[in-house]
Amino acid sequence: MSSKFFRGIAHGLPIGLGYLSVSFGFGVMAVRSGVSALFSVIISLTNLTSAGQAAGVDIIAAGGTILEMILVQLTINLRYSLMALSLSQKLDPKFTTGHRLLASYGITDEIFAVCSAQKELLTPAYMYGVIFISTLGWVGGTLLGATAGNIVPAGVSSALGILLYGMFIALIVPPAKKEKSILAVVIGAALLSLLFRYVLTAVSGGFSIIICAVTASALGALLFPVKDEEEQQ
Amino acid sequence: MSIAFYIAVMAVTTYLIRMIPFTFFRKKIKSRFLRSFLHYIPYAVLSAMTFPAIFYSTDNGWTAAVGTAAALVLAYLGLPLIAVAGAASLGAFITWLIIK
Repeated sequence: MSSKFFRGIAHGLPIGLGYLSVSFGFGVMAVRSGVSALFSVIISLTNLTSAGQAAGVDIIAAGGTILEMILVQLTINLRYSLMALSLSQKLDPKFTTGHRLLASYGITDEIFAVCSAQKELLTPAYMYGVIFISTLGWVGGTLLGATAGNIVPAGVSSALGILLYGMFIALIVPPAKKEKSILAVVIGAALLSLLFRYVLTAVSGGFSIIICAVTASALGALLFPVKDEEEQQ
Repeated sequence: MSIAFYIAVMAVTTYLIRMIPFTFFRKKIKSRFLRSFLHYIPYAVLSAMTFPAIFYSTDNGWTAAVGTAAALVLAYLGLPLIAVAGAASLGAFITWLIIK
């Protein structure tokens, strides 16, 4: 246990606390969808991702196909590939292949944000610290939500069902406010999603998310290609 | 199909998405279209997942609508993740107290 590990824990503490309450909402949502508390906790421990887990539980509840599960996870979590790619550029030489295999488990939006904000090269010990405290919050919150979700009043558990979506809004709105192109993509994806929900209802929820997201992003990429930012390395 | 199998597929897919680029890729993506596409995809996914599903995320359309509005306002003001998520739930809960 190095001091870097504990520094990682300190930096990851806000993430852990945030995850604790958000994953409480996931636990409530999963149990309401018919997934047991044990499986809810296992999902959180093995996936460590909010949107992907919510969509995954939807697919399980609806009895979707395995292909649908793979494609949905691929589409929703594709952003982690970009983050992993970005982080791979600033790794300390201590990051051997073994450490990379292990630490890649914990690349989430928030952990990525904290790790990439580091001025110096990223060490395995630091990243493990951030991942450890974040995972503790994520799994602990899921357990509480999945078990105590039944005890809390109906109004409370119902209100917690919206928690994860609230977090999605928190992830969407600030970048959309800053970049008009992101706002256009967000509105395009939402409009397409409405179309699938109310008109093209034959398409399942998982696939409609893929179609909406890929269409809106491809249009965005054609209409508003991102600028080159190569000088930063 | 067993839930355990679904979860295994889900976990392995998600792990590979993170592991492959983190472990093996060292160079930057050159294609401008691909980089732009990858830049937009997280926001498009979150948006498609949130709308209109958020309006069905509670037991009542009114509580969901108030929660959504609260989250949008706080997110626009740039408040932290947890404050925005909390406001969505709190807004929904207070509305539930009023209309129950």
